[in-house]
Amino acid sequence: MLKSRLFWPILVLVIILAINLFVDPGFFKVEVKNGHLTGSLVDIVNRGAPLILISIGMTLVIATKGIDLGVGSVVAMSGAMAAMTIGQSMASDTSLTPLFIAIAAALGLSLAAGLWNGLLVSRIGIQPIVATLILMVAGRGIAQLITNGQITTIYYEPYSFIGGGYLLTIPFSVYLVAAVLAIALFMTKKTALGLFIQSVGSNPEASRLAGINSKNIILLVYVFSGFCAGVGGLILSSNVASADGNNAGLWFELDAILAVVIGGTSLMGGRFFLMGSVIGALIIQSLTTTIYSIGIPPETNLLVKAIVVIIVCLLQSSEFRQKVLRPRTRKPLKKEPENSSNEQEVKIS
Amino acid sequence: MEIAIPKLEMKGITKTFPGVKALSNVSLRLFPGEVHALMGENGAGKSTLIKVLTGVYTKDEGTVTLDGRSVEVSTPLEAQNLGISTVYQEVNLCTNLSVVENIFIGHEIMKKGKIDWKEMNRRAEKLLTELNLDIDVSKTLGSYSVAIQQMVAIVRALNVQAKVLILDEPTSSLDLNEVRKLFSVIRKLKNDGLCIVFISHFLDQIYEITDRLTVLRNGEWIGEYKTESLPRYELISKMIGKEFNNSKSITDNLALTNKGDYETVLAAEQLSKTGKIQPFNLELRKGEIMGLAGLLGSGRSELARLLFGADKADSGTVRIKGKKVYLNSPKQAIANNIAFSSENRKSEGIISDLSIRENMILAVQGRKGWFNYISRKRQEEMVDEYIKLLNINPPNPEQLIKNLSGGNQQKVLLARWLLTNPDLLILDEPTRGIDIGAKAEIQKLMLSLSEEGMSIVFISAELEEILRTCSRISVLRDHKKVSELENREEIKQQDIMKEIAGGVG
Repeated sequence: MLKSRLFWPILVLVIILAINLFVDPGFFKVEVKNGHLTGSLVDIVNRGAPLILISIGMTLVIATKGIDLGVGSVVAMSGAMAAMTIGQSMASDTSLTPLFIAIAAALGLSLAAGLWNGLLVSRIGIQPIVATLILMVAGRGIAQLITNGQITTIYYEPYSFIGGGYLLTIPFSVYLVAAVLAIALFMTKKTALGLFIQSVGSNPEASRLAGINSKNIILLVYVFSGFCAGVGGLILSSNVASADGNNAGLWFELDAILAVVIGGTSLMGGRFFLMGSVIGALIIQSLTTTIYSIGIPPETNLLVKAIVVIIVCLLQSSEFRQKVLRPRTRKPLKKEPENSSNEQEVKIS
Repeated sequence: MEIAIPKLEMKGITKTFPGVKALSNVSLRLFPGEVHALMGENGAGKSTLIKVLTGVYTKDEGTVTLDGRSVEVSTPLEAQNLGISTVYQEVNLCTNLSVVENIFIGHEIMKKGKIDWKEMNRRAEKLLTELNLDIDVSKTLGSYSVAIQQMVAIVRALNVQAKVLILDEPTSSLDLNEVRKLFSVIRKLKNDGLCIVFISHFLDQIYEITDRLTVLRNGEWIGEYKTESLPRYELISKMIGKEFNNSKSITDNLALTNKGDYETVLAAEQLSKTGKIQPFNLELRKGEIMGLAGLLGSGRSELARLLFGADKADSGTVRIKGKKVYLNSPKQAIANNIAFSSENRKSEGIISDLSIRENMILAVQGRKGWFNYISRKRQEEMVDEYIKLLNINPPNPEQLIKNLSGGNQQKVLLARWLLTNPDLLILDEPTRGIDIGAKAEIQKLMLSLSEEGMSIVFISAELEEILRTCSRISVLRDHKKVSELENREEIKQQDIMKEIAGGVG
């Protein structure tokens, strides 16, 4: 069943990668150089790591019928916090504080950001899109306050290991992604959390009456989303060895939402697919890579993504599918099974 | 009156939704200058009939004649143009616009391509003074009470030259004075020769304001009566039950409760919630089934929700097995071994995206918490047991619950609560809208559960069902528990109906 869910996203990913093969016959070549695994595919995974992480967090938020627009800002905040605690020394072996404290401070701030979002949504009852919009705007301000409005370069060498280091020939960021994904999969498959998230997202009132503490579930997914964005921020700032309050993680929230939707999780909440989101994030990263590699001007990057977003949104609309797609082919209907329930509801009401 | 020809006549109206016959061969006659009540319990087909009349739904069969002329109403706009106007329960006007804007929206008076505010103000004031309403038409609608808003909605309907005015639960959010005012408006319109359809659950109001009434039950036309010559309890019986056939009381479990030395499971004292249910006492012994009877909106569901913490009580105490408990949330109630199945199966019961298995284990898992995840194997054992026990079809635990019939969904929800092994099980309309077979199975199950010592609060609109299963019956009327009866051989549906109706039978 899982395989059929992932079929379409994987197909899209394969198509995008195949396009690259035409431009660059060596695209699929992966080799070990100086003990480092290198190649375009490795690059996509490595570069895509922050987005994959954020998409994992976003998946659980969207499964509760919510949305987290603050993740891009949290990426910037996390990087800024790490840069500040490490300090401005130009020497590559000097840090104000031990590395683990810098990491803890960055992740602590990210968790606090997630907690803030979660409290606004679950306790005060602000609509998720509005509640997280606050942090989307304010978070960049906070990040700039931390870095005094400067793009702060991080010279401390050990920090660059997070995003640029290799462990057993594999990029370290891949381990981070694998670890967070493993946590998410464990929590949602081996504990009842997955069931609770789906039930709260599908029918919050029925869940409350079944004795589920919906508020805490919702709080938790936002905190986890903040955590994922925080780890993403560490990787990103480590990779570029700087913290940029203005541009780090810019539009990541939209990319992450897109990744989740491509992965088969409906914005209506309920059923969610973590692996689908991971593939969705890889699709977006490949899309970006492809735009560069086949020589489309990079300025159009956002435009191409926007077009993909529009197509996905239209496919989610049952009205659109009925009007445009149904007369021609029924295949796309099978792709989005949750929409058949929408149609039923319309009939009944 | 009978000599006159009806202004509007609906004949042989049939409307089928996938799987449900919502209306079958229903008729409605409205004479000029009368207030006509449309009566029936929830699901009887009142709103479907109104929606057919106003063009929201298209009928499958039947005819509609207006002024002796056959008409086809296929859109709400056509209905409006024919002079059929509806004022809904929730005022659907724009509260941030002025009174005059609300009255004329969509029908603005134009002069040289511009809106003629002067004329509109004048007309609005004239219409309002005709109804003895003296309000400033340039103020925003939101600055007036709901009653005034309701009357503005009526004025809006009149402005489009209404011939038939449908008032759907117009009084449910009004206080007594406001109702008086609305009634004087209705009387005035009636004298002007308008046909008014009045839908309300308040019997007192029906008897005060309406001339004739039509009763529907389960989508069928039961009859058309003169209001004043139909006694209240007869009206109730036509709405909810068959005839006064001899009630079949239960036998075995009645004896059980009469012994009196059984443990008291639930004792609620002066429990209340403002605007929902007035303070009531309720005691329930072990293995007893208590029926809650009353019309829709009488407070029967509200009472049940307080016992489960679904709504928070304003005052009063609850003791479970002698121990004082606080029921501020369903979670707390479940921790005290209370279970509650809501009357709104779709919105408050099933998690439609999830499977039978997931729906069934939800409450048990909720009580165990996240980390005590019931192993998949154990889940399947539990689910299989209840699929067999309750005869759930299809017997596939991974089937999504939204694909099941209403009766089977209800069984899954019952299983959800039975798995928590409750001391007190509250069932709000568990048999509504499900087929006879499933209904009988659920009744049988309740009786066997009570024999095993489970206490049950059972809410149903069908008295027959309550009399068959319950040992005691509490009757509710107008948000108040009015009486409590022991179920004995000599109790007749008629007696309960009289209690439900109140006033002079």
